Amino acid sequence: MSSSASARAAMAIHPTLPSLPIKLRTENVGMAFLREGKTLPVLEDINLEVGNGEFVCLLGPSGCGKSTLLSAMAGFLRPTSGAILIDGEIVRGADPRRIFVFQERGVFPWLTVEGNIGFGLRKLPSKERAERVNHYIQMVGLEGFGKSYPHELSGGMKQRVEVARALAVNPDVMFLDEPFGALDSITRLVMRSELLRIWQAERKTILFVTHDIDEAVQLADRVVVMSARPGRIQQVVSIDIPHPRDISSPRYLELRDGILGQIGLAHRL
Amino acid sequence: MDSTYGQSVLKSLAWLKPAVFILLLLGAWQMEVFLHPQQLLPGPWKTTLGIVDLFPRGLIVRYIVASLFRVTWGFCLAVLVAVPLGLAVGWYRRVEMALNPILQILRPISPLAWIPIAILWFGVGDLAAIFLIFVGCFLPLLLTVINAVQSVPGVYINAGRNFGLGPVPLMRQVLLPAILPRLITGLRITLGIAWLVVVAAEMIAVNSGLGFLIVDARNAGNRYDLVVAGMVIIGVVGLLLDTWVRSLERSSLLRWSFEEKQ
Repeated sequence: MSSSASARAAMAIHPTLPSLPIKLRTENVGMAFLREGKTLPVLEDINLEVGNGEFVCLLGPSGCGKSTLLSAMAGFLRPTSGAILIDGEIVRGADPRRIFVFQERGVFPWLTVEGNIGFGLRKLPSKERAERVNHYIQMVGLEGFGKSYPHELSGGMKQRVEVARALAVNPDVMFLDEPFGALDSITRLVMRSELLRIWQAERKTILFVTHDIDEAVQLADRVVVMSARPGRIQQVVSIDIPHPRDISSPRYLELRDGILGQIGLAHRL
Repeated sequence: MDSTYGQSVLKSLAWLKPAVFILLLLGAWQMEVFLHPQQLLPGPWKTTLGIVDLFPRGLIVRYIVASLFRVTWGFCLAVLVAVPLGLAVGWYRRVEMALNPILQILRPISPLAWIPIAILWFGVGDLAAIFLIFVGCFLPLLLTVINAVQSVPGVYINAGRNFGLGPVPLMRQVLLPAILPRLITGLRITLGIAWLVVVAAEMIAVNSGLGFLIVDARNAGNRYDLVVAGMVIIGVVGLLLDTWVRSLERSSLLRWSFEEKQ
């Protein structure tokens, strides 16, 4: 496990795709919205390849279109130009093989924790369904809360429910849109390490939108730095630090400061 | 004294306040009637006697059942048609755009304006009354459902789609539960309308029920004690209906919406 992780890290020195089979590819993707009769370009010329099992962060200032890009990859929006391909097929709509995790707003308030996690498992026989629900309740550390309703849970717990609901259908790809943005900073750190633990166990392809540089450098194999509107890919940075990452190591600080500089921010306040 | 005992005393006192107020009003009413004996309007005492007078003949139970029977049919038919239709119309925006002008024209027409047409189509009888109740309930309910569907947060719909739900399962498993709190409130208001309409319908289109009781009591020798007695009974039954739907609002099924609003 650790040897494969370090091997992957060694391969990921270049800002290109590590030698994994390609899972997702965007080809000249552009997005424009119509606002009061004017076309407003949101994304331009997005060319990106994501490997199978890779953890990629989309990083950029708010309004740079990174969430729009994620929604398009998930099939909720159609790109105005270009194409998004997953497993070589053009994405034409939402699909249970690729689950989108909203901020904790996405849990269904009328279902219990069990009901939410089992939501995508309607076709399974009830026994198997209950087993899987239990498995994922344990994985995200919500034992004893199966019968609770979301309003009885904290923000962090609701977020775990959503992650578990996504994992339960065993998707190939997970899209996470600033999933920890609404959590307090301590819970956020805990959730990051749990997400990494789950990712290392399940090896999903993860696309993770954030505006937090530290979050991106802590989590990702590669960080896609986007420029402000219209959003373009400014740079792709490979994070060649093996997990668990020492967030005070010189390499970590170097990568983080490199991205800070790339965005145009000094690292002194 | 332990505090729970003190609290329960306070609670029974809170119940006392409206009771005292009602007694005061009844007293004032009785006094006015006493001071103006030439008035036809009965006082509370004569009204009570009127209610008592209705009991032995079994009339009152028959009339309440007759009115509730019509309300049940008209209301249930309206729910059965308006809820699925509202889900579909709210969901397909183009249908809503096509339908909206008609709905807006029909909406301000009082259900009572339909009385002649109801009698023309269904004659004098239960069907006419049921039709009027249906007409009175259908549009408000339909508009409630359409609005509720359109205000369902997009994340729920996207999440439902993401897990592979087609339109019909999406309506059943996402839209319907999401609108349930607003739907129940809509049902409560609509049931109130049904109870208003049945009385009016019974005054014209049938010869039984609480509405008929009121017209009949007036026509048959100005029995205003029975008129007011009928009004009181209508009020009490209406209150009981409302209390019943209110208890649905607080059921465990809807606890989440109740808690979220707080």
